[in-house]
Parts: sequence; C-alpha cells; structure tokens
Amino acid sequence: MSKGQDPIGAPRQSRRAFLTAAGGMAAMALAKPAAAAGNPANQPPNVPEWSKVLGDGVAVRPYGKPSKFEKDVIRRDVEWLTASRESSVSFTPLHELEGIITPNGLCFERHHGGIAEIDPADHRLMIHGLVERPLILSLEELKRYPRVNRIHFMECAANSGMEWRGAQLNGCQFTHGMIHCVQYTGVSLRTLLEEVGVRSNGKWLLVEGGDAAGMDRSLPIEKALDDCIIAYKMNGEALYPEQGYPMRLVVPGWQGNLWVKWLRRIKVGDQPWHTREETSKYTDLLPNGKARRFTWAMDAKSVITSPSPQAPIRHGRGFTIVSGLAWSGNGKVKRVDISLDGGRNWRPARLDGPILDKALTRFYYEFDWTGEPLLLQSRVQDETGYVQPTKAELRKVRGVNSIYHNNGIQTWHVQSNGEVENVEVA
Amino acid sequence: MSKSLKLAGVLITALAAASPALAQTKIDATTTTTTASEARYHIGRAPTAAEVKGWDIDVRPDGQGLPEGKGTVAQGEKLFMDNCSTCHGEFGEGNGRWPVLAGGKGSLTADNPVKTVGSYWPYASTLFDYVRHAMPYGSAQSFKTDEYYALVAYVLYLNDIITDQNFELSNKNFTSIKMPNEQGFFMDDRTVSEKAFWQKEPCMKDCIPPVKITARAAVIDVTPEDAKDGKPRGVE
Repeated sequence: MSKGQDPIGAPRQSRRAFLTAAGGMAAMALAKPAAAAGNPANQPPNVPEWSKVLGDGVAVRPYGKPSKFEKDVIRRDVEWLTASRESSVSFTPLHELEGIITPNGLCFERHHGGIAEIDPADHRLMIHGLVERPLILSLEELKRYPRVNRIHFMECAANSGMEWRGAQLNGCQFTHGMIHCVQYTGVSLRTLLEEVGVRSNGKWLLVEGGDAAGMDRSLPIEKALDDCIIAYKMNGEALYPEQGYPMRLVVPGWQGNLWVKWLRRIKVGDQPWHTREETSKYTDLLPNGKARRFTWAMDAKSVITSPSPQAPIRHGRGFTIVSGLAWSGNGKVKRVDISLDGGRNWRPARLDGPILDKALTRFYYEFDWTGEPLLLQSRVQDETGYVQPTKAELRKVRGVNSIYHNNGIQTWHVQSNGEVENVEVA
Repeated sequence: MSKSLKLAGVLITALAAASPALAQTKIDATTTTTTASEARYHIGRAPTAAEVKGWDIDVRPDGQGLPEGKGTVAQGEKLFMDNCSTCHGEFGEGNGRWPVLAGGKGSLTADNPVKTVGSYWPYASTLFDYVRHAMPYGSAQSFKTDEYYALVAYVLYLNDIITDQNFELSNKNFTSIKMPNEQGFFMDDRTVSEKAFWQKEPCMKDCIPPVKITARAAVIDVTPEDAKDGKPRGVE
C-alpha cells in the first residue's frame, strides 16, 4: 500500500488477525510484487487535477513542511517507558530517512523537565570558577565569537537500552532512534575557555542547563579543550526549543546526556561533581554489583534502517536495497559488513556520502532477493579497529542490567512475504 | 589527543602573532590549560558577585558548594509528605512508575536490581545537589535552604543512613554522612576489559555455526501501534 492512498477509515486487520494470517499469506506473497497502488484516475493516460489547476503561491507556506503524504514520518514515543512525558524520550524515524543529516523537526527528544521556552533576550551563559576572568554572555555576544561548523551524531546513552534482555520493540525507530545527526554552528568551547583563562588546577567543568531539570554534568578539561562546541544553530537555523534553544553543548562522540541543552552555566573546578546524572543515572551496573562510571564515549554501532520492521519489503523478489547507518564515538567509520544469514557469513557494504569524524555514515548493500527468509545484520568497524560486537558478546562482559551503551549487532528477520521482525539469534 | 592539542596551540600562537587582538594569549600545551593576562576578544562582561551567587548552586562530595543551613529529619518528614509523597510514596517506595527513593539494599547483583539513594548512590551531596536543582518535579528551586537540608535528612532517614529522627543535618556535619555504596563505582575500563572487541580483520566466512531465532519482539508485543493498524507505528 503506497503512501497516502489508504482510504481513511477503511477496515484493516487487527494485529492478532494479521499474525495468524501471516503464515498463510507468506506463500501467496512470495515473489509477487505488491498490487499497483494509487488512483488510476490520476495516472496515464488520464491527466490529474494537479496538472490543471494552480497550486499555492509563494509564501503561502512561509515555513515549509513536508508533503501531507509524508504524515507518518514523525517522532514517536513509547508511553510505558516513563512516568511522565516531561521526563521522557521520543524517537527519530530512522526507517524513513536517508543520507546522514536528520531533519530538525525529526531529531529525537530527551527532556528531564520538559521543553524550556526561553526568550533569547533573557538567556545568559555564565562561565566562572577556577578562571582568571569570569564571563557572562548573551546570545548576541556569543555569536560575535569565531564560529565553527561541525556535523556530529548525538546518541542517547540509553539508545537500544530496552533490548538488553532480548528483542522487545519492533522497529528501528524504537530500537535505535535515540540518535540524530545535524550540522552544528557555534563557538568552540576552547575559544571561550581561552577567553576566561582556565587556571592550572582547573581540571573539570560543570555544565548546567537552564530548564527546570537544571541538568548538571562533569566534563573533563581535556575533552572541553578538544572538540566541544557551544552551538546555537542546527542545520543552518536556530536550535529548536526541544534541542536547547538558544544554546546547547555539543560533545562529539560522547553520550547525549552530556550535550546539555539550554546551557546556562559552566563552572571550572578541580574535581568532578558526581551529579545525579553521573551517579544514579548514566552509570552502568555490571553482574558483580559494581558499576562503571564516566562511560562517556559511544562505541561503534550500526543498524539496517530498511528493510526493517517498519519498512518491510513490498516489491517482492528481485533487486533489493539494504540501507543503513553506522557511527562511532571514537572516530570515523572504516567499514561496514552485511550478513544475510545471522552472522555466519559477511560481505562488504558500500559506504556512500561523507564519512566524517563522529558522525552518522550511510551504507548500502544491493542484492537480488530470491524471496528466501533472511537474518539481516550489519557490523561496523571504526578507524581504531573496534568491531561492533554481538549482543551475546556484550552480555558476556556486562550482563543485562547496565541499561546504557548497548551497541550490539541488530538482527532483522525478513520473512518470505517481506515482513520484517526484530529477533535475536543464537 | 595531545598531538592535536599541541597542533592547536601552534595554530593559535601563529594567529596570535598575526593579530594584535590575540597577542596577549599564551597557550600552555603541556598542561592543556590556558593562561592569559588579558581577554582576547573582550566580548561579554564579568558577572557580578550577586549574579554568580544566584546561579552557583552545585554541591560536590567534599562539601564544596554547601550553603549555610540546617534541617531535621522530622522537619523533612512533614515537607516530604506535603510535597514529595504523592509521587515517591510516603516511605520513598515510589507510586506507579515514579522513582523509588528507598530500599533495594543488597539487590545490585540480583536479576532485577532496585537502585535507590540507599542501595546505589555513592554520595549524599548528589541528593542535595539534585533536589535543589530539580525537585519537586514541576516546581523546582522553590524551597528555602533549610528545607533542602531537612528533605535530604528525611530521604537519608528513609534509607537508614540517618537513624535518629532528631538528627539535624547542616552544612557543618554534612560530609560526615557516608553512603553504603560509595565504593560501588569504578572508572570506565572498556578499552581494557573489552579489548577483544578491537580486531585486525573481522571474520567474513563461516564465522559461526548456523543460527536459529531465539527471541522475537512480536511475541513480546509491547511496541506502540496505531489504533486500527495493528502494526508498529510508522508502517505505511
């Protein structure tokens, strides 16, 4: 069924009925292309209405939106995950996107106190502590500092966290969608730290948000001086409120929680603060009852975005495109391999588009699908030599209660009828 | 890391030589810190002492940042009942999906660990810092300093870390509080303990025996669905 052609309100099968019928449908659907979609009245040899009448004029849509036929390409949430929408998460619809840049309106959200609606005229960034010259800046003043543009992924430490105990959510939007990748424009944090003059005993930064959660995290000075940015633009335009308008911290390659939104304060100190978000949360419990702390970097990870449970194969057997994303918080993606048989045999995927440091990288694998069931996997290796592990390998070291940092290999079961399911294999 | 910092230092030194506005900055690449006798861009101003005081509310495990103040367990109990128990339960047991604050001792190696202030948190300072930053949920930063001490005292009492109901927690005795799981954390060691994940040439052929499906998300059936659709949302 193609986009927008679904008669509204038409009766459809329940999930249960669908699952029951799926087995029987498989043989029928095997290798048979989906029925021609759409309304023949709009198709050759007829001339559709849009070829006859004038459409909207310029600036009727002063801020453009996607076609109404793309209405299903939206962020989604999983209500049972959290107690409140204001401290919760929504997911990027990875299965509908291509390339490496996430559209601003689709970037997943993670708030701890809802979206702060900040008047930029009233926002201030304060830098103080172990510095020679404490500083307070307005947004306009921040914009007068030299600018940098960088494309980076931002991944929640809990991305795929619901999958530690097994296959749970059926769709890469839900299993891998706590990630986005945009081009940030802002000021190198190093520039501002040089402006204030960090004292020699200044080893840690407290970075704090201006929302009602007042998120505070400790950031080591080495990272702060390396590649962090205080960003005020994403993909060319102002940050969206849900992404920290008017300014946020960008911490390339490191867990999303450190990317403090609505950034209001940076304090330089000589020790970490051990705030709630680096003790109670974002610490990784291991089977022996001890927990890793300060697990900042997001390791190399990949996922096939199509086919996937929300993006089944509709065209039947024949030439088939496998599309996916790979990334690493430790550098650039070096290679991606694809398995059709659950990890037994692998073949190289084709990287396409820019391959950037700590950014999403698009890969493709094209093949002739015979209609046989597949156990699809992708496996990334980054420039440090790190190879994305299987979930079993991760669990062997970490057990199933570490919540965060699940970068295990994802398996999709492609059935003969083209439907796709999130599964585990062994 | 050190190489790129040194390179950046060289670049900035070169820039400094070329631009009078940058001339006063010196980079100390060996300690990765900067020293300068004068601001480089002169954009922005120094915050006033009052401005810093208004926002400088963080607290560290060594007590740095604790404001002057005090509060008892009993005072905290009343505040907790009036402002916190709706979500967290009268005994910190948590209502519905709201966070559990107390209990769970000894559960960290269990199949389903219960991570609370008492069973998991390493430092009492975190409780003060967090409550003052973000609680009560929906009306943050609305209490007086003494009330934060009282609330923290009560939550520690719920966790049997303070056992005397008349105990008065203050900035003077705060660092005497020791949390049971202080030693329960260690620095990220992935590059050592997971060293096997770094490989020269990943296996390409006959890597493992043939596999079978062992778990299916559709059986768990917890993925959000469109009401009439019966499929994971986002399926056309």
